Amino acid sequence: MRLMLGDQYLIFFFIAIFFPSLIFFKGGFLFLWDRGLIDQIHIFEKIVYMDHILVAKNVSKTYGNYTALSNISLNIPKNCIYGLLGPNGAGKTSFIRIINQIIYQDSGEILFDGEPLAPKHISLIGYLPEERGLYKSMKVGEQALYLARLKGLSKTEAKTRLKYWFDRLDIGDWWNKKVQELSKGMAQKVQFIVTVLHQPKLLIFDEPFSGFDPINANLIKDEILQLKEQGTSIIFSTHRMESVEELCEYIALIHKSEKILDGKLSDIKKAYKNNIFNVGLHVQHNEEALMKTLEEKFNIMAPKFDGTEHQLDFKIQLPSEQTAGILAELSSMANVNRFEETIPSANDIFIQTVNNKDNGR
Amino acid sequence: MVGKLGLIIKREYLAKVRNRSFIVMTILSPLLIVGMIVLIAYLTKINSNEVRVVSVLNESSFFQKEFKPTKGTSYVHMDGLTLEEAKDSTNALGYDGLLYLPNEKDVEQVAKSAYLYTKDNPNTNVIQQLESVFQKQLRQDRLERLGVSSDQFSRVEQPFDLQLSTFDGERSVKGINEIKAFIGGGFGYAIMMFIIIYGGFVMRSVIEEKTSRIIEVIISSVKPFQLMLGKIIGTSLAGITQFTIWLISASVLLLLAVTFLGIDLGELSGNSAMTSGAMPGMSQYAAMDSDMIMYAKEILDIPWALLIISFFIYFVLGYLIYSSIYAAIGAAVDNETDTQQFIFPIILPLMLAIYVGFFSVFSNPHGPIAVGFSLFPLTSPIVMLMRLPGGVGEGGVPLWQLLSSIGLLILTFLGIVSLASRIYKVGILMYGKKPSYKELVKWLRYK
Repeated sequence: MRLMLGDQYLIFFFIAIFFPSLIFFKGGFLFLWDRGLIDQIHIFEKIVYMDHILVAKNVSKTYGNYTALSNISLNIPKNCIYGLLGPNGAGKTSFIRIINQIIYQDSGEILFDGEPLAPKHISLIGYLPEERGLYKSMKVGEQALYLARLKGLSKTEAKTRLKYWFDRLDIGDWWNKKVQELSKGMAQKVQFIVTVLHQPKLLIFDEPFSGFDPINANLIKDEILQLKEQGTSIIFSTHRMESVEELCEYIALIHKSEKILDGKLSDIKKAYKNNIFNVGLHVQHNEEALMKTLEEKFNIMAPKFDGTEHQLDFKIQLPSEQTAGILAELSSMANVNRFEETIPSANDIFIQTVNNKDNGR
Repeated sequence: MVGKLGLIIKREYLAKVRNRSFIVMTILSPLLIVGMIVLIAYLTKINSNEVRVVSVLNESSFFQKEFKPTKGTSYVHMDGLTLEEAKDSTNALGYDGLLYLPNEKDVEQVAKSAYLYTKDNPNTNVIQQLESVFQKQLRQDRLERLGVSSDQFSRVEQPFDLQLSTFDGERSVKGINEIKAFIGGGFGYAIMMFIIIYGGFVMRSVIEEKTSRIIEVIISSVKPFQLMLGKIIGTSLAGITQFTIWLISASVLLLLAVTFLGIDLGELSGNSAMTSGAMPGMSQYAAMDSDMIMYAKEILDIPWALLIISFFIYFVLGYLIYSSIYAAIGAAVDNETDTQQFIFPIILPLMLAIYVGFFSVFSNPHGPIAVGFSLFPLTSPIVMLMRLPGGVGEGGVPLWQLLSSIGLLILTFLGIVSLASRIYKVGILMYGKKPSYKELVKWLRYK
C-alpha cells in the first residue's frame, strides 16, 4: 500500500523523535515492556491456577533405571482435602518429597499458589511424613521448639503457639519429658503439632493415622477437618480407604508411577456406578414363581430368601438410571421394603482401577 | 538460612555436650591421663632407685678393684668360699646373681671362663654393666701389652662429642630434629585422634537421625547439606569444648600432682626419652646445662606462630574432609555394625600418615616420601605438621610445598564435600538394605 506524503512525514517525525528517545531510554522502555509481558503471563497463569494451591504439570522422576513418577499432572484445589491414593511403591512419597523440595523432579513443572515452586515456599508447607520420628534423648518441648524454629518461627511465637496446641491436645504436662518416655501414639501427637504449628497454606499428611488408637485417630481427624475449615489446603496420602471416604473431596490414584485416575470423589463415584440396585421384597407366598418371573425379566444377582421373615433380597442390574418402570413392576408383584442404588466405595474403585490397569484394560 | 544453620549447630552442640557419656568422658579422661602419668613417673622413680646386688666370687688375681658400686648395681665380694657355697649363700641372701671368676693365669683366660649365675633370666642392665667392666679391663690390658701406659690409656678413654653447627654458624645440638618431629608429630597425632573420635560422633549422630526417623521431618524444613554441615560444625565445637576442658583440667591436675607428690618432671622426660629409643643422644646430654640452654633456644626457635596457624588450617580442612565422609557413611547405612566395611578405607590413610610420619619424616623430614605424603591431601594434615617445626623456606619446608599442599587440600575438600553431601542426601532417605560401593557410585548421579 502506498503511503501518502503526510504519512511519510509522520513516519519521519516518528522516527526522528521517537527513535532517539527509544535509544536514550532503551533500558527503561525495554524494562517496562518486559515486565509488562511477564506480568501479563503471570496474571494469565494466576487466573488459570488461582483456585489451585498446587498444580503439577508432567512431572517425572527416575532413580537410575527405576521410574518413580512418569508424567504426573495434578491440579489440587485450594481449601479442600485431596486424597493421594495408590498402592505401596506407587510413587506417592516421591511426589510428596518433590513438593517438599527434598528431591527434585527430572522434568515437568510445579506451581505453588500460582508461582513456580521455590525454596521460599517451604515455610508455607507443613509435612507429616510416613516415616516419622523424634530425637529420642531430647525433651519434648525443646524438640518441638527446635522443629518449629527450623520452619522459620521466632522463639516467642513458637512458644505461644506450642503452648496453645499442647493444651488443645491435652499434652501440656509433657513439655519436660524425654521422647523415649513417650508411647508411639504420644509421639505422634507431638509430630502432628509440629507439622501444623507454623500455620502452613498447604498441609501434607502421609498416613497420618498410623500409630494412633481409634480415639486419638478421631481426635486428629477432627483437627484436620478444623484446619480445613480455617482455609488450609490438605493433601492426604494413604491407602486406608475408609478415611478417604470420610475426608477427601478430591482424589488422585497413582499406580506404578502413573496417574490413572483423578477428580472429585463424588464425580468419580458417579462415573463408576453401574446401575445396580439392592432390592428387598416382602413375599407372603409363592416366592419361587416370583423369582422365576423376575429372573426372566431382569438381570438378577445374589438372590437370598429368608423363609421365616418372608424376605427376598437380591441385586438387580438396570439398563439405565431410570427406576420408575422397575419400581412400578416390583410393587405390583410384592411389597417393596428396600430399594437403593449401590454406590461403589473408594475401596472398590481403587481395587477395580488398579486391577484394570494391571490387566491392560 | 544462616539462622537455620545456627539452630542446627546449637542443637547438635547441646545434644552432644549434654550426653551423659560425653560428660563422663570429659571428667574421667584427664583424671585417667594424669593418673597414668603419675603412675609412670612413680614407677620409673622406683625403678631408678632400685639397686641390683651381685655377689662376686673372685678366685683369680685380676679384677680385684674393678667391681665398684654404681648407681644401679652394687657388689658383694665373697672370698674364700667354694662355688657351691657361694651359689647357696647368694640364693639365701636373695641377691640378683653370682659372678664367678675362676683362677687362671692371665686376664684373657679369666674373662673367657667367667660366669654369671642367676636364678632366672638376668637383668640386661646388670649384664651390660658387667660386660663393660670386663671390656674396659681387657682393652687396657691389651693396650698395655702393646706398650701404652695406664696414664695414656685414661687419656685415650676421654669421651668425645662431635660439635654440631648449622651452615649459618649457629651451634646446634643433637636430637633437635627429633624434638621438632615430636612436636609436629604431637600436632599430627592430635588431628588424627580428633578426626577419628569426632568423625565417629558425626556418623553416629547421622545414623541416630535415620533410625529415629526424624530425618524426613527435618529435611522438609532445611536442606540436607545444611543439616550435614550443622552437624559437623556442632560436633566439632563440642569436641573443642572437650579438648579445652581437658587441657585446662589436665594442666591444673598435673601442677597439683607435681607440687604435692614431688614428682620430678625432668626425670620423667629424661627417662621417657631414653626408653622410647628415638632420641638416644638425648638423655646423656640433657643433663649438661649449656646444652639445656641450647635446647631451650632451639625449641623457642621453632616457628610456633606458623605451626599454630597451619595446625588450625590443616585441622579445619582435614576434619571437614573426613567428617563429611563419615557423615556420608552414616547416611548410607542403617546401623553401626554396617559401617565397618566403609570405615576401614577412611582410617587407612590416617594410619598410613602416622606411620609414614614416625618412620620416615622423623629421620628425613624433607625426603621424597615425606614430601609426597605431605602433598597428598588425605595424609597431608598429619605429615605436613610433622615437617613444619623445621620452619618454612631454607632448611625447612619449601614454600611452594606448603602452599600447594594447602591448595590441594582445599580442592579435595570441595570435591569430597560435594560428593559426600550427594551420598548423604540420597542415603538419609534410604532404609533397609546396606548399599554396596557400586550403589554409592550410582547415588552420586542422582539429582
